[in-house]
Amino acid sequence: MSEPVTALKGGTNTAGFASVTEIGPIGMITLRGRLSEKAITKSAVAASGVTMPEQRMCNTQGEHGIAWMSPDELLVMCPYAEVHDRLADLQEKLAKHHALAVNVSDARAVFQVKGEGVREVLAKLAPVDMHPDQFTPGMFRRTRLAQVPAAFWMTDDTTVHIICFRSVAQYVFEVLCVAAQPGSEVDHF
Amino acid sequence: MLTIHCPNCGVTAEETEFHAHGEAHLTRFGPGSTDDQFESYLFMRRNPKGVHFERWRHQNGCGKWFHVARCTMTLEVFGSYSAQTTEPPQDIIDIIKDRRPDWDGLEATT
Ligand SMILES: [Zn+2]
Repeated sequence: MSEPVTALKGGTNTAGFASVTEIGPIGMITLRGRLSEKAITKSAVAASGVTMPEQRMCNTQGEHGIAWMSPDELLVMCPYAEVHDRLADLQEKLAKHHALAVNVSDARAVFQVKGEGVREVLAKLAPVDMHPDQFTPGMFRRTRLAQVPAAFWMTDDTTVHIICFRSVAQYVFEVLCVAAQPGSEVDHF
Repeated sequence: MLTIHCPNCGVTAEETEFHAHGEAHLTRFGPGSTDDQFESYLFMRRNPKGVHFERWRHQNGCGKWFHVARCTMTLEVFGSYSAQTTEPPQDIIDIIKDRRPDWDGLEATT
């Protein structure tokens, strides 16, 4: 078996007012189907080990999680080493249902941005209201970061996790570093 | 800058999270139609100054399609509604009539 390699080999930048680090690899399964069907959400819960999130929310515990992606899509997260087994189990459970489950772990890059100014870093790049009253830990948002699609959630009030396509990992890393540049604080929040 | 609401996932954001895909409620003329009908379906579009109906997609979000009613002159957005309809729903029409009492309806301009 070859070693999994992330897009930026775990690149990190701590020069800014928030640190930017590539984390992962994380096991990620895209699951599409009618979310009103019990069998589909039950299999996602079994594969992830966490409970089903509400619309536009995510439930995460360590490397395990479910994110609500759209009215017919979930993202199931698990440790990278377990993704094949969990996917096989998921596909077996859904064999008789109109659903699709695919391992997308290697098609994605994952970042962690951490620091007091983390809301500001995101607010500079995404059309999302990052005010502490509006965007809170547990919410999940698919949006754009500057010019590319991305999704993020806060694990606590000073930590954001970001998922983007692997092909734009370098771009996202650099644009996050620029947004966190020392001296560029706006101190809005 | 337009502020758009996606009825599929419930997000409200400025327009750069979305993408506009042109006039809504076109009849898709295909096999069996006349040349004139097919030409008008392919090429002829309304370009109203005022109330307009468009198809939009939540491009950088949930990825789903929906409809938006807005004013091309003032950039006021009247509301968004399901993509699975061939005409604007009554609640959207009521909002438009309230905001634009002299609007003469979708039919008058098609
Ligand atoms: Zn949406």
